[in-house]
Amino acid sequence: MIRRGVRFLDQRTGAGSILSKALRYAFPDHWTFLFGEIALYSFLILIATGIYLTLFFEPSTSQVVYHGAYAPLRGHEMSRAYESALDLSFNVRAGLLMRQVHHWAALTFVAAIVVHLMRIFFTGAFRKPRDLNYYVGLTMLTLAVLEGYAGYSLLDDLLSGMGLAIGNGVALSIPFIGGQVGTLIWGGRFPGTEAFMSRLFIAHVLLLPIAIGSLIAVHLAMVATPHHTQFRGRGRKESNVVGTPLWPAYALRSLGLFFAVAAVLFALGGLVQINPIWQWGPYETYLGTNGAQPDWYLGWLIGALRLMPHFDVVIGGYTVIPNPFWGGILFPLVVFGFLYAWPAIERRLEGDSAQHNLLDRPRDNPRRTAIGVALFAWVSTIFFAGSADRAFVQLGVPYEGQLWGYRAASFLIPVAAYFLTRRVCERLRESEAHPGSGSGAQVLARNRKGGFDQLETRGAPGVIKSDRGS
Amino acid sequence: MRARGARLFRWLWRIAIAGVLLWLRRGKEPLPERDLPASPRAEKAVAALLFGSGLAGAGFALIYAFDEANTQLLGVAAAAALGLLALALIVASQSVVPQEVVTEERPRFADPEADRQAELDTASRTVRESVDGITRRRLLGAAGGAAALGLGAAAAAPLASLGPRVGDTLRESPWRDGTPLVDENSRAVLADDLTVGGFLTAFAAGSDKDDLASSLVVVRVRPEELELPPDRADWAPEGLLAFSKICTHAQCAINLFRYPLFAERSPGPALVCPCHYSTFDVLKGGERVFGPAVRPLPQLPLKIEGGRLLAAGPLSGAVGASWGGVREES
Repeated sequence: MIRRGVRFLDQRTGAGSILSKALRYAFPDHWTFLFGEIALYSFLILIATGIYLTLFFEPSTSQVVYHGAYAPLRGHEMSRAYESALDLSFNVRAGLLMRQVHHWAALTFVAAIVVHLMRIFFTGAFRKPRDLNYYVGLTMLTLAVLEGYAGYSLLDDLLSGMGLAIGNGVALSIPFIGGQVGTLIWGGRFPGTEAFMSRLFIAHVLLLPIAIGSLIAVHLAMVATPHHTQFRGRGRKESNVVGTPLWPAYALRSLGLFFAVAAVLFALGGLVQINPIWQWGPYETYLGTNGAQPDWYLGWLIGALRLMPHFDVVIGGYTVIPNPFWGGILFPLVVFGFLYAWPAIERRLEGDSAQHNLLDRPRDNPRRTAIGVALFAWVSTIFFAGSADRAFVQLGVPYEGQLWGYRAASFLIPVAAYFLTRRVCERLRESEAHPGSGSGAQVLARNRKGGFDQLETRGAPGVIKSDRGS
Repeated sequence: MRARGARLFRWLWRIAIAGVLLWLRRGKEPLPERDLPASPRAEKAVAALLFGSGLAGAGFALIYAFDEANTQLLGVAAAAALGLLALALIVASQSVVPQEVVTEERPRFADPEADRQAELDTASRTVRESVDGITRRRLLGAAGGAAALGLGAAAAAPLASLGPRVGDTLRESPWRDGTPLVDENSRAVLADDLTVGGFLTAFAAGSDKDDLASSLVVVRVRPEELELPPDRADWAPEGLLAFSKICTHAQCAINLFRYPLFAERSPGPALVCPCHYSTFDVLKGGERVFGPAVRPLPQLPLKIEGGRLLAAGPLSGAVGASWGGVREES
């Protein structure tokens, strides 16, 4: 029966040999390998729930008067986009569930990518032959952030409108061409024409998802071609992969993970309220609200916009580089630029352009780990600066004082994080005190001359490398 | 003594970790090449989980049909259906299907090995030989470049249809000498609508209220507090001041008016943007006092005619975020 099925396929596609190899593809076991899969599965949930939402949402700016189910907004003028999002939430059965699952899935998607990126960075999995694929992954992260921003900007509630106003301000701040970029994208001055809503919608439901989906295909293909990386261990070499075969155990496990991710997202979507747009009200350019916070993955940018001292580059009386450029464009360019450049920088620093299929533990390369932690600490500090107004309201810490504190911290914390991490890594490496790596003892044997020969050094890459970096 | 303590600690540490590992892998022998763990118990457990998942899924459909589709119940039912299925698959993957560890040889690329080298040579030779026998290479190259440029320009040109030339689109403003101020319901704004410390939103009569340049914040302070620049001395009749409502940093609407209740110790009256907390001193004509904004908030000169507020001229500066065409006094 099964044999006939395989033959049927093979005679028509020649897939027999690929299939037999693919089914035995080895997945090394390590819990940190799950994050990428969680991102992938969140994306699938995003596609599924997103398709459902498009069946009800109307991306239209035409003005209507609300007469729907939510009493506090009755009689208010609003865009059809916002009204259809309200109807989707209140009148469509399971509509609110799908909307909230979609939003939670988006938050999880970006979070999983970021944690996955950290795993890749700290274990050196970005090294040749996987550096190209690392760039693909970073590109997907950029697109995912844009996609999320476009998504929550569509609803035309007060929060999304304020986000777009800032986005337009940041676009205008691009040196020399900013004004033109802004009027091109928005079809004129902010808040733009009806066409802008169509553009945002098609970007969110078609252009960006297709770009991300295609890159996912490339990403997975480029993972499979050189096979997975693996940590050091018994029987594991640069030239092999030891792990669970795709069929049946790993396939079941991974499918299980997919349904587990879906279960958590549906539980969140059903039980934990997210982005209650009816509370924000419709957006008009002259309305604002205090305590507006974006989705978490934009928190670092709002932090940067707030921390930046008031300072423009003025040439000949014209604001050639307006202030939002620093926090809204230069800062993310620096962070992503550094991440893109890192594989090449490390090749230079270490003078190492060899192929690497075995992963480092974070301690094995103290410098890389320290730089990664410093970058993360820097971005996190600025991220938390974005919530200084909430800390002021909740805790009463004066906003102005916090701002100066964060400005100082954004210089001090990364430096402290660098030296602390480097020291911890070096100490760990010296002591080899990892619980999983056995005793790390050296086995000596007495030889005929009365001296000692070293027979074996077990699984201690740090020892091998200890002539470097210390 | 210290060394012995450290050794003891190390041993305790190892025992603890070994304990955790044993607990995690309890009842499991180290994996042989291929192990068949299926047992009636495990199979029944998986079956039960699958049945449970199916039931929860049916429950979702029932809640959808009868219970007015309560979001929380739907979420729990969907989570239960998906979660039980996840558990069933994970238990099956660990305790029903064969457990095995495979070792695969990795494909190798780009190592300086002879066969790879030969392939690389072939590839690069194929590319190199593709121009054999061609004499006017530079001509062809230049022509190719010209074609690429022309086609690139043709492909890029339609993008300009997306929006108007920036020109004056970002500078337009409905405010002229004599433009009346109206409120959200298009009723005239009266000087008496505001008491000292008050704050309201106004628009240019006859304009689109969503037009960035239309909306204003109007505040009232005591006239003797004012410290306006000399050329704006008559811009604030009866202590009434009007400013663009759009922050000059990143275009959020300014919705906070800080008016000191105890002037002796508080900072002066100011307008604050809720997005990045740019703060503008109303007494000094919208000068920035805090936050990332650089330019002052544009001020509108006011006059009162028959109790109504009118503009006495255009706004003092560009509305909205700065861009390359905005002038700034430095």
